[in-house]
Amino acid sequence: MTTAAAIASEAPAAPVNIWSVIARIFLHAFLICLGIVVLYPLLWMAMNGFKNNAQIFGDPFALPLTWSWTNYVDAWNRGVRDYLTVSILVTVASALCTVLISAWTAYGLTRTKMPGKPLIVGLVLGGLMLSPTVAVIPLVKMMQALGLYNTYWALIVLYTAFRIPFSTFLIRAYMLDLPRDVDEAATIDGATEGQIFRKITLPLCRPIIVSCIILHVLFAWNEYLFAMIFSGATGMQTLPVGLTAIMATHGTNYGVVFAAMTLSALPIVVVFFAAQRYFIRGLSEGIGK
Amino acid sequence: MAATPFRTPWGLRWMSAGGTLEFRPRDLLSFRWVAVAVILVAWFVYYPIVDNFIVSTTDEDIFTGEVTQVGLANYRRLLDDPIVWLSLWNNFLYAAISIVFQVFGAFILAAMIEGLDSERLKRFWRAVYFIPSAISITITGLLFYFIYQPDIGFLDAVLKASGLGALMRPWLGDEQTAIYAIIAMSQWQGFGYSTLLFAVAIQKIPRELYDAAIIDGAGPLRRLWNVTVPLTREMTGLMIIITVTGAFQVFNEVMVMTAGGPNNSSQVLGTWLYQQGFTENNFGYGAAIAAVIFAVTMLTGIAQLLYTRRRRVQL
Repeated sequence: MTTAAAIASEAPAAPVNIWSVIARIFLHAFLICLGIVVLYPLLWMAMNGFKNNAQIFGDPFALPLTWSWTNYVDAWNRGVRDYLTVSILVTVASALCTVLISAWTAYGLTRTKMPGKPLIVGLVLGGLMLSPTVAVIPLVKMMQALGLYNTYWALIVLYTAFRIPFSTFLIRAYMLDLPRDVDEAATIDGATEGQIFRKITLPLCRPIIVSCIILHVLFAWNEYLFAMIFSGATGMQTLPVGLTAIMATHGTNYGVVFAAMTLSALPIVVVFFAAQRYFIRGLSEGIGK
Repeated sequence: MAATPFRTPWGLRWMSAGGTLEFRPRDLLSFRWVAVAVILVAWFVYYPIVDNFIVSTTDEDIFTGEVTQVGLANYRRLLDDPIVWLSLWNNFLYAAISIVFQVFGAFILAAMIEGLDSERLKRFWRAVYFIPSAISITITGLLFYFIYQPDIGFLDAVLKASGLGALMRPWLGDEQTAIYAIIAMSQWQGFGYSTLLFAVAIQKIPRELYDAAIIDGAGPLRRLWNVTVPLTREMTGLMIIITVTGAFQVFNEVMVMTAGGPNNSSQVLGTWLYQQGFTENNFGYGAAIAAVIFAVTMLTGIAQLLYTRRRRVQL
């Protein structure tokens, strides 16, 4: 599909109009100014990671005098490495669980003759409306009773359970649009449901599954409420919680705090640029259906 | 293949999938596909919500662990709690300001970007504006916590340099400005996300409609108003609902930047719930605050459901 122009679009044969030129200059200037507003704070954060306290308190706009990596190395050794490990572990484990279970569920909801299917669809997708905030007090008691409080498992289980509705929603919508003739042919050849799922449906769903994984990574990597409550103990914290811990312990050494923030932000920005296409597909499918 | 079908009992018929009137015991095996999801969601998503209502009618003594039934006392306390009303107001402000910037502002920005000639420039700006949304709001919250500081932040320095020194203040330390400073950060973080979604919606508009409008002599603004606006109306409606839902669940950025202070002036329902439930160990009262959040998000959720359903009927 070709991209449509919205406004300020050129009519090819139109005579050069002074006002349209001015409007276009104004448009570009606006976009650039907004770009600066977006990027400057992030640049400032990375810059301050190279400064010592004296420089940070001096001129906030100055470039660092020396490009020394001490703060970054410090931040890495005094916490960021451990938080990063926990974050990666929790994110990867919960992403795999969520996507696998959701794909299974979506298959059951689109390809089988399950009795009471509308009810199950309603039950699973209805979870989309329920927010973690509302559940948090009972969950604390539940996790304590299950002995999962202050373990990685609490986060893995909760991230999975709370993201199954959304991922199932995306994968189910995708599966509904997939042609079924291949499945039917395979059934006639004697393939079981399990084989059809693994060999036919799952590979066909690869694009939406990649989108789901990326959206889940974005969610799990950045989640704060559950992480703060269920992994508060030292050595268990994910990056966002760990950052606030670094604030509390090295709060007076600002350079280290800025370096830690930059290091935490970097991986997800890299993931975004590497997988932009899937990212956008997931977002637009998720909201548009 | 064929297990003999028998007639479904009347009560089960409405549940049967795809209009099949027969119920075959074999079909029960299909439940294996959904069992894990149903158990996890029922156990960790639905059950806690139900439990939350039970907890909200109790009061727990943190020293003895003794739980007493208090009926609706926690809810009556909600009505008399000025901080609850202040929090609701702050959540409302959050919603209203976010609609202005993250729905209408983002729509105009998306239209501007999609109106550019170069495909490369479009992609560039969409990506640049999205960067803050990819970063955790905890990190951007911390970042703006520093930016707003009078001693090391640059906001006051910018104001001073541009002759607006009179406006300089400790943005997060001032009761008048704390909540606005937090909301401003959240606009900075989130507008790129909705701009991206609007850009996708605008791209789906058939190009011919614009060509026809140009032939009819419509200028850029007319085209925006008569083609782009009506054809992205669904997306706009959805974005408003999603924005409002999000605004009433806000927690992270307020927690990181002010934790509700100074003097509770920037408290929102989420942080007040946290403070009551976890800092002051009033589990019952915290659960009652959670019930308010539940009620609001339920309303917006139902609105969204009705909205998408109506839209699908139209298509």
